[in-house]
Amino acid sequence: MFRLDKDNPTLRLIVRYMVLTLIALIFVTPILFMMMSSLKPDQQLLADTSSIRAFLPIGDISFDNYKAAFERAPIGMFMLNSLLVTGVTVVLGLLVCSMAGFSFVFLNWRGKSIAFSIILATLIVPFETIAIPMLLMVSKLPWLGLDGFSWGWLNSYRVQIIPFIADGLTIFLFAQYFKDLPKELIEASRIEGCSWWQVYWRVVMPLSGPIIATAAILKFLAMYNQYLWPIMVTQQEQYRPVLVGLQYFFQLNTAWGEVMAYLTIITVPVLAFYLALQRAFIASIASTGVKG
Amino acid sequence: MKKNSILTRHNTTGWLFASPGFGLMLLFIVIPFILAIAFSLTNQRLMSPNAAEFVGLENYTNMLDVGILVVDPEIDASGNILVDKNGDNKYPRLRKFTRNNPDYPNVQGMKEWFSFSWGVQKIAIMASDLVFMKALVNTLTFVAFVAPIQGALALILALLINQPLRGIQIFRSIYFMPVVVSIVVVSLLWRFIYDGQNGLLNSVLNTLTFGHFKAVDWLGNQDTALGSIMAMSIWQAVGFHMIIWLSGLQTISPTLYEAAKIEGASPWQTFRYVTWPGLRNTAVLVVIVITMQAFSLFAQIDVMTSGGPLDSTQTIVYQAVERGYGKQDISGGSAMSVVLFLLVLSISLLQRYLTREKN
Repeated sequence: MFRLDKDNPTLRLIVRYMVLTLIALIFVTPILFMMMSSLKPDQQLLADTSSIRAFLPIGDISFDNYKAAFERAPIGMFMLNSLLVTGVTVVLGLLVCSMAGFSFVFLNWRGKSIAFSIILATLIVPFETIAIPMLLMVSKLPWLGLDGFSWGWLNSYRVQIIPFIADGLTIFLFAQYFKDLPKELIEASRIEGCSWWQVYWRVVMPLSGPIIATAAILKFLAMYNQYLWPIMVTQQEQYRPVLVGLQYFFQLNTAWGEVMAYLTIITVPVLAFYLALQRAFIASIASTGVKG
Repeated sequence: MKKNSILTRHNTTGWLFASPGFGLMLLFIVIPFILAIAFSLTNQRLMSPNAAEFVGLENYTNMLDVGILVVDPEIDASGNILVDKNGDNKYPRLRKFTRNNPDYPNVQGMKEWFSFSWGVQKIAIMASDLVFMKALVNTLTFVAFVAPIQGALALILALLINQPLRGIQIFRSIYFMPVVVSIVVVSLLWRFIYDGQNGLLNSVLNTLTFGHFKAVDWLGNQDTALGSIMAMSIWQAVGFHMIIWLSGLQTISPTLYEAAKIEGASPWQTFRYVTWPGLRNTAVLVVIVITMQAFSLFAQIDVMTSGGPLDSTQTIVYQAVERGYGKQDISGGSAMSVVLFLLVLSISLLQRYLTREKN
């Protein structure tokens, strides 16, 4: 076999593609199964698992499961909550983290190196190790809102947003990128009389498209997929994100079609986003590897 | 200190730019981290009318204490060892030793973790928090399997898609796809795949073996539950590390490969002497990242098994949440979090040491 392999380039190519395709099937079939099952009534869904039909949209196909899922849980509200929390965190996070990165690279100030070491050190603290004390902390934090002063952040959007705006990895990625920008450009703009804010906003940020895309994608994925924190801080349904809304479907071992429909609803936006921006997604993951 | 001369210093501007990000990180990472250590030394609860008190290391000893109990078999009046109907030696109930027995203060309140025979005696290892001990062992087992297997599979995939083939990007995109699907979604999907009665996996195995495969309740069986969760976790995350390996592979100069080819190196020699040395830094990063993720195992457990069956899938984070949030015992949950952090830290340091640059 191996000899044949070596001698016959066409056969060798075919074998290579076959291996690649078999592996691709392992990754794609569960997702395909989820989507196809969401279109089938439960009885057919279960019967189909024993044949290739499990992965094909054939038989009694309809969107009934979606209708039933929307009736069972306020999915639209959960989705809006997720998009709101994720969107606001990503936008504020990019602003705050790029400003910090800018300060670390272009400005000299007392305590800078200690501050940067602290930021690097946070990279090895898993969120799971600080979640429990933070739960107590946020339950006692003050807040001044439109409706006056209050204590405690539980059951709100802010408790899902504010703690996650700044993160070490994003600051680090911005700093890495800014380091490679030509210093002369910054000096020239300063000599021409730009304020530091103008240098940041008008000169540096417009040159930072690739890193903004990278950081946005990484932060989007992390935020949209948050689970541990929102289950602890959103007892009230009106603030829950989509993944916590899944709990409506946990015990539905009999209504798998509905479960699959809800899973598909959660997954399709991210998957579409990914397929449209594959290159940027993969580049953003690759850039986290540069720090080694 | 020319760099710090007054002309190039921008203390105010520097602070103004850095403080929103740095301040938030202090407030929401550094302070909770310090609080975790502080709370773990008290009896702090989530809601309590009483102020918390300092209790020293009590939370840690309650959690980690183990004791050894050597039990003599029961003997009858004439000194013969009593045996049960299976022919095994009969031993007194351990409860006798752990409940208010002044002769055995070291195992007071503990439960049997596991035991083995030593001659005629039975040696029982006792733990004061049996569930946490199981969680600790399960988490370490999960890390010990997932970190090397996922790292190696990711490298194999990276080598496969680093080939100059037409359409290779399509395969790269497909292998990466599960990474963008939430682990919570994946867990619920795989609960159906692993289902004992109608599950996809049993059906597929049954079809492939022409009906010879006996259906397994993958998540309901304590021998297969943790392994099933491992397999699924690797399936979901392997594409992420594949991309990191790939970016490492692409930093290796093509001239090195050409040189190896001219020297007539076999594929294995090329990998061993050209590829692998070039991946050292990537390897450290991949292993540390996978280890950190593996130690944080929570969502899969919460969605798929809730720690069961018979605590065979309990994990440290799941226990910490059950304590800190479920039972509102912030101090107990914090102590578990500190233990988790120390494990992550020591394993990261160990890996860094083992994979250090040798000159």
